[in-house]
Amino acid sequence: MTQRFSLTVGPLQFNWSADAFADFYARIADEAPVDRVVIGETVCSKRTPFYEDRIPAAIERLQAGGKTVVLGSLAMVTLEREKRAARELFEQTALEVEINDLTLMNWARPPFSIGPLINVYNEATLAYLAGQGAKLFCLPPEIPFASVEKLAHAANQCGAVPELWAYGRIPLAISARCYHARVHGLSKDSCQFVCDKDPDGLTVNTLDGQDFLAVNGVQTMSHNYCNLIGDLDRLAAAGVRSLRLSPHTGDFVAVCKTFADAASGAISGAEGLARLKVLAPGADFSNGFLFGSCGAAELAPA
Amino acid sequence: MWNAKDIPLFPAVGAAMLRFAPLTPLSMAGAHLVKTLIRRHPSLFSRLGEQADKVFLIDPTDLPFAFRLQPHLEAPTLEAVRREDAGLWDARIGGPLAALLGLVHGVYDGDALFFSRDLVIEGDTEAVLALRNAIDNEEIDLASEIAALFGPFEHVAATPARKVSSAVGHFFGVALTRENENHA
Amino acid sequence: MSARGKKLELVCPAGTPAAFRAAIDAGAHTVYCGFNDETNARNFPGLNFSTEELATSVAYAHKKGAHALVAINTFPRAGAVELWHKRVDDAAKVGADAVILADIGLLDYASKKHPNLRLHLSVQAAAANADAISFYARAFGVKRVVLPRVLTVQEIAAVNRDIEIETEVFIFGGLCVMAEGRCSLSSYATGKSPNMNGACSPASHVEYREEDDELVSRLGGFAIHRVGAKEAAPYPTLCKGCFEAGEYKGHVFEDPSSLDAGALIPQLAEAGVTALKIEGRQRSRSYTEAVVRNFRKAVDDYAAGRPVVGGALRDLTEGQTTTAGSYRKTWR
Repeated sequence: MTQRFSLTVGPLQFNWSADAFADFYARIADEAPVDRVVIGETVCSKRTPFYEDRIPAAIERLQAGGKTVVLGSLAMVTLEREKRAARELFEQTALEVEINDLTLMNWARPPFSIGPLINVYNEATLAYLAGQGAKLFCLPPEIPFASVEKLAHAANQCGAVPELWAYGRIPLAISARCYHARVHGLSKDSCQFVCDKDPDGLTVNTLDGQDFLAVNGVQTMSHNYCNLIGDLDRLAAAGVRSLRLSPHTGDFVAVCKTFADAASGAISGAEGLARLKVLAPGADFSNGFLFGSCGAAELAPA
Repeated sequence: MWNAKDIPLFPAVGAAMLRFAPLTPLSMAGAHLVKTLIRRHPSLFSRLGEQADKVFLIDPTDLPFAFRLQPHLEAPTLEAVRREDAGLWDARIGGPLAALLGLVHGVYDGDALFFSRDLVIEGDTEAVLALRNAIDNEEIDLASEIAALFGPFEHVAATPARKVSSAVGHFFGVALTRENENHA
Repeated sequence: MSARGKKLELVCPAGTPAAFRAAIDAGAHTVYCGFNDETNARNFPGLNFSTEELATSVAYAHKKGAHALVAINTFPRAGAVELWHKRVDDAAKVGADAVILADIGLLDYASKKHPNLRLHLSVQAAAANADAISFYARAFGVKRVVLPRVLTVQEIAAVNRDIEIETEVFIFGGLCVMAEGRCSLSSYATGKSPNMNGACSPASHVEYREEDDELVSRLGGFAIHRVGAKEAAPYPTLCKGCFEAGEYKGHVFEDPSSLDAGALIPQLAEAGVTALKIEGRQRSRSYTEAVVRNFRKAVDDYAAGRPVVGGALRDLTEGQTTTAGSYRKTWR
């Protein structure tokens, strides 16, 4: 059966130990049926020193496993060293870079891809960036399905790949302030890297006791996990050609396999959903931004 | 600079006396006022948009009665009602009479009154916001609105109306005629 | 080089024609406003300008020697870009002194269609460093950038050393905690996107209710505040909400407070800033009048070498408390 979608493993969003980081990418390299892997820090540059010496080996192993490796970049570049690091992504490697902050447009050389944190809301913006050499667009997770249809069409017309955030907690906001540090009574400068306590993010509840958001350092995420496995038919019909799976703890290789099976049509969306519920028993799934009344809405059946 | 904490309350003795006042004359004056207002400020409606069909309960919490406002384009009404007879409404705006008058007249900021809890909002928040913004743009001068109630005798009524609202404004600590505003 | 005596441009908000005139009469050098639709980031009921109202207001500003800017700073929806294009054309037609844009596609359109129209980069574009700003300057000829509220004064000074174009910074008003134009929190709770629909915490999804002597506010059904009878009430924005996270209970993101950087005017001037921006197009003309008058005096005092006094406007602010926000590093 032909694959209707290529699969991308998005960058690890959380602060995992260097060993956990290396183990995760080793398994993805050897076992996950995915096409592309985006690797590198996107949330907080203070985390990088802990694991950056493990990145070259991870890249090598991923390439040996037949994956296209793409370098992720920071969501918000402010400091001088962050700018330097962003520039070096282009200048010191030949790999494709995923742009998450338009600062990087200064040094971008094709081919590059546009990450989900860039505001690509309309065809004109997409066409402009495609004209500069963007070859893949992971669309902003908050856009409704009507926009996805139009943007996927526009991307295909430009010869670029339209990709959608299909699994995992959704990044909703980025700040100069660290909320993990704040809830632990620490300042950002002396944060003690407390975000490592929550390898899937720290859930934020309303005062009514409702699960609502999740905090991940300077990033705020959805409490629920986006999950589009039941929607693949309509995504394919809309022209979406790639799905992004965002890493979480647990058996993520099995998550990738489930999506690969659903993408090829080997299993139904319902069966895929049942499998994912077993793999992530604590997660609340949603496709609300695309098909529901809002991003926090419960999973709406296809 | 005004200070939200200085908003005066309607004297309790006066409020107690008003408890037994007949509401019909007040409602008639209100109906006339809102009709005149709408004739004189047509852009109020373009700003209200679809919110013009909503029912607002304007609730001066220091008075023994409230006002039901329906700014409907064809048949606008402003009716004085006892709170227990207020019926159904879409949105309620409550606060001391002085705060509500000051809001209409544009000397108070609605958000600031809300932050300081001098203003209470319930129900359809979108309708409240639309009404507040629409009124704020009209630069309503209550004295000339009252004068306009006298129709062809407006020019005769203007000076006494100004004197009355100046006295009322003085009483509440709110400038209700534009001439009284201090641009220092 | 000392900036002492430098004249800072005061950029003031107007949500209605009445507020526009009030701002000019109170001493605004420049007023910014938007059309009454989803093309701007303060798309609230009863607010903003028709094309005719904008034309009259721009003419009023010019008659009084002031400038008028038009914010068209949301991100056009896929399949509906024509509305945003029309608004740029309308702004140019009525003689606006600049348009404030955020979307790349729209900047591209404006720079090609109206080469003589001055372009400002909205805070919604979240251009937070010299290289990002230079990209917009080079690609679209942007002449001024409104800096995101994530930078310290030192960082602003560094940005100004490295760029060729003007900077405008927020001095007073509501304070976004998140990088603006990159926040989907409100959209997550309500389904209405600030980026696309132009309203954070849209009133249609806000509910206030008195429960057990507390004022409870909900957004899209999610409780975001419970405040006691005498406590100051906040805006129903998620980032100022009260939540629980692990052991922590309280304002996870930010306390309900507003920005007041009046006391930092000298430092901001020395950091090379051209213009100071007051937030609050959704506020009344009485707010506009009071804040503009106060800050006009402050920038005049600074230009004349007199000491700058701040902090007189606390009652007008959310939570009735103020902060210098990200301008001081400790905020982070």
